[in-house]
Amino acid sequence: MSTIVATLATDRARRPRAALTALLAVAVAVGAPFYFAPFQVFQLTMVLVYAVALAGLNLLVGFGGQISLGHGAFFAAGAYTAAVMLDRYDTGHLATLPVAAAGCFLLGLGFGVPALRLRGLYLALVTLSFAVFLPPLLKRLEPVTGGSMGLTVDKLQPPAWSGLAEDQWMYFVALTVAAVALLLARNLLRSRAGRALLAVRDNESAAEVMGVRLSLHKTLAFAWSALFAGVSGCVYTWVIGYVSPDSFSFVLSITLLAGLVVGGLASLYGPLLGAAFVMYVPSWAQDISDAAPGVVFGLLIIVVMFVAPTGLAGLVGRLRSLAARRPTRTTPAPDRTPESAPDTDATSASESSAPPTPADPAPADAEPVGAPPRTEKE
Amino acid sequence: MLAVDGISVRFGGITALDGVAFTVEPGTAVGLIGPNGAGKTTLFNCLTRRCTPDAGTVRFEDEDLLALPPHSVAGRGIARTFQNLGLFPRLTVRDNVMIGAHSRGRTGHLAAALRLPRVRREERELRDHAEDLLRRLGLADVADHPASGLPFGTLKRVELARALAVRPRLLLLDEPVNGLSHGEVGQFADLVRAVREDFDLTLVVVEHHMGFVMGLCDKVVCLDFGRKIAEGPPEEIQRDPAVIEAYLGVAA
Repeated sequence: MSTIVATLATDRARRPRAALTALLAVAVAVGAPFYFAPFQVFQLTMVLVYAVALAGLNLLVGFGGQISLGHGAFFAAGAYTAAVMLDRYDTGHLATLPVAAAGCFLLGLGFGVPALRLRGLYLALVTLSFAVFLPPLLKRLEPVTGGSMGLTVDKLQPPAWSGLAEDQWMYFVALTVAAVALLLARNLLRSRAGRALLAVRDNESAAEVMGVRLSLHKTLAFAWSALFAGVSGCVYTWVIGYVSPDSFSFVLSITLLAGLVVGGLASLYGPLLGAAFVMYVPSWAQDISDAAPGVVFGLLIIVVMFVAPTGLAGLVGRLRSLAARRPTRTTPAPDRTPESAPDTDATSASESSAPPTPADPAPADAEPVGAPPRTEKE
Repeated sequence: MLAVDGISVRFGGITALDGVAFTVEPGTAVGLIGPNGAGKTTLFNCLTRRCTPDAGTVRFEDEDLLALPPHSVAGRGIARTFQNLGLFPRLTVRDNVMIGAHSRGRTGHLAAALRLPRVRREERELRDHAEDLLRRLGLADVADHPASGLPFGTLKRVELARALAVRPRLLLLDEPVNGLSHGEVGQFADLVRAVREDFDLTLVVVEHHMGFVMGLCDKVVCLDFGRKIAEGPPEEIQRDPAVIEAYLGVAA
């Protein structure tokens, strides 16, 4: 018990340090576009765009315990909404964002309905079908979508007062959208609604007995998740200025899911790390081997999953707890045993329990395969 | 308070419950006993709408319980614990307890995402209430610990705290002391008695531990193969030949 109390105490002491870290992160994020070359700023912008989609996927998969292999399609829906509005109706960039968000929310609500009856692989299959059929559909609707040729639209232009270059302006827009999206996701999770979502993930029948309306929370999780993907797609159109059906094949959906798992499921900043992985690793893989970038990419995913089974976001916490374990071994060790000893019979579920990592409030390290190396326990 | 009348549940060819009827008066504690497979948990599942009986009625304070959707039961003031623990293993103890208060909250998704002032206020209220319960049940030390990995006896108390967070008037306990050591059973019995007093609860308890049931309950209902074979005060039930036969069999 006393270790837990101690953990709480250090948590409190950590607060000013956390504020400092956040301040530093903001400074870096704001300063980055003035330091890097335009192409690098563009890459950073894309990381932020993908991070929004991954944050949405995280709500559904990481926190909601459902699965979607169709998020590339929601992303595409958002991107095409923006492109068509700009191309046909000349609405201006800002007007496309709420429309894309609302449209994808409704689309997600629709896809949330099968999610009520299907789970696991079956749900994955249904959502995958959406991702598979959307590109051909976009090709067929040529009068609206421009068919296989896609649509070229105006990129976002910096207003004169800002004095910024195009890439810098787009970076700041993407940064704002990503910051707002991550903040909304965080707020959602730290509330009654978010707790209900987590409860449904962990134990559906117990959640229902506690008064959680399963159908409502599951469909809304899908809808929110689709909304984030749609917003992300919309900003993608602003930044790239071009959409075509081939940019949104089902491989995108799988890449998004892979990025999320690599970044860290059910972690608040995992989507950012996952987005960076999705953005940088493929091009880096291309540098290493021109012949088989896919192989390098795949191998890297395997390596990450071995080294950090809880994703890159969990890696920090794992390293910290490993480092913290060294000194505690010499100091009163018997204090730990009553907590770690009854692990085996403690829970009815097959969850194995890692020692709590204070850094990560919602660790996704419950999977038995991913349990940290506890063989070297005292 | 609770009136169960003629409940029958069939799973395929198996009759899990066959015309069971009993009532629970406000403020009393009713024990539900019977050999394994007698239908006790099925009856509990009917009361919390996890299972719909093929026949019979369940009335809770003059409301037809069977007409409610499952998620509304908590809002009516009925909470339960589970036989093999129904906690949320990856959530902290505090969050587990706060989910118990879900039916009392009003925050929707949009308000939550925007974190409106009333959301903050509600969140603070729920948290304070959860803290009170955690302190009351001696769980304050483990509030930030994930539920998985805690000792079994502690988890039983966490589940009780979560059920109390519903602010129930009727509390259903499914084998609350199953798996606890001898000493823990005594402590848990004291705890249940104390919270029953404090929160003015009506209890229905399924339990195999006869000492626990007989010490706590005002009335005991005994089931065997889905039928009610006896009902009465604990002293009578202990002497009832039908109950003794169901548990021990008769001499050849």
